[in-house]
Amino acid sequence: MTTFDTRLLAALAVLAFVLMAVSRIRISDVKILFWFSFVFMVLNNVLIFLFSPEHGCSIYGSRTEICHLFLRYYLVNEQLFYQFNVVLKYLATIPVVIVFVSTTDPSEFASSLNRIGISYKIAYSVSLALRYIPDIQREYHDISNSQQARGLEMASRKQSLIKRLKNAVMMIFPLIISSMDRIERIANAMELRGFGKDRKRTWYSARPFRVSDYIAIAVCILMLAASIALNFINGGRYFNPFAL
Amino acid sequence: MKKSPVITVVAIGIGAALFFVLGRFVSIPTPVPNTNFSTQYGLLGFMAGLFGPLAGLLIAFIGHALIDFSYGWGIWWSWVIASGAAGLIMGLAAKKLCLSSEPFDAKKALTFNIFQVVAQIIAWGLIAPIFDIIIYAEPANKVFTQGLVAGLSNIVTTAVIGTLLCFAYSKARPAEGSLKKE
Repeated sequence: MTTFDTRLLAALAVLAFVLMAVSRIRISDVKILFWFSFVFMVLNNVLIFLFSPEHGCSIYGSRTEICHLFLRYYLVNEQLFYQFNVVLKYLATIPVVIVFVSTTDPSEFASSLNRIGISYKIAYSVSLALRYIPDIQREYHDISNSQQARGLEMASRKQSLIKRLKNAVMMIFPLIISSMDRIERIANAMELRGFGKDRKRTWYSARPFRVSDYIAIAVCILMLAASIALNFINGGRYFNPFAL
Repeated sequence: MKKSPVITVVAIGIGAALFFVLGRFVSIPTPVPNTNFSTQYGLLGFMAGLFGPLAGLLIAFIGHALIDFSYGWGIWWSWVIASGAAGLIMGLAAKKLCLSSEPFDAKKALTFNIFQVVAQIIAWGLIAPIFDIIIYAEPANKVFTQGLVAGLSNIVTTAVIGTLLCFAYSKARPAEGSLKKE
């Protein structure tokens, strides 16, 4: 998780895109996710450069100047390499996340959380959250429409900040009160069915482990081992080509 | 409301779903371009104050992780952990507030706000930047500035929205012992 070894990151990024291809997710379905993460990545890189244009030098312990840009900003080899690593890190994680989000069944996710040792009550909370997001979203849009029909102005730049926050409360408050009722209703239904009486529970959506699952786990352990081993070989989190 | 463990489980689930919906759809533009007030922290203060530290921790942790997932950039662990910590510390106020049984007055509003300010200073001023440096190796001045901006705007949002929510909620609930035998 904390590695910044260029070779490992590059390998992981390739693996991530292979996974993406194998999963047969249609690009058109996840285009918007890619777009969001791309903007986030660019923004973060720009911020890193603006705040600390020579962070790379302190990491790699050398400074190879290419040219002067403006004010205190120089184009430096080490910084370019450091930010290249930051980009690689995104490339290695974004496709995996997209694959995970678009191929995981919420109820199977809850049962898996329970299997890896998380208390089933917490796993069930996660499953409840995933189950009720669409409902609460719909309710929020209903409330928003009816408040606007009553003349509540939606957050616009013309209003003062306090006014905007107060308007937000006018939208949020009905949502929360109805959610409180919802909480009581669901909790009663669950209690009536004996939820939480036993230390363990079974899951309708639980699946037995198959050979491919063991292989996947083995690959993950290998990658973790590689990142820890590289940490010792490099004498830190970074692979330093400037010291070679 | 009696605090059965089932209530807490459901409150965490619904709370995280609310946190997600507010985080994704209800943001308030500020005079600073590209900066929004995250209304979900007002909700978090209120829910944590009502259901306690464990609920606060998990609502923020699960809700924030889901928001990050939905944008596709993966879980930004440092800020998710910081959110969780903020929820946990805000939740410590629950015992003092007794939102479900006692009326919420000016004195309790002060308690609520002291807890939330301390919680967010620790979360955004310390935990988020430190984990940013540990996990993502980002420059220190960048992460501390980001933490400061996010922290200040979240403190303001929670102070206004959270406090108003607590007042509104305690008014909407009949006070304990308000029924008289005739």
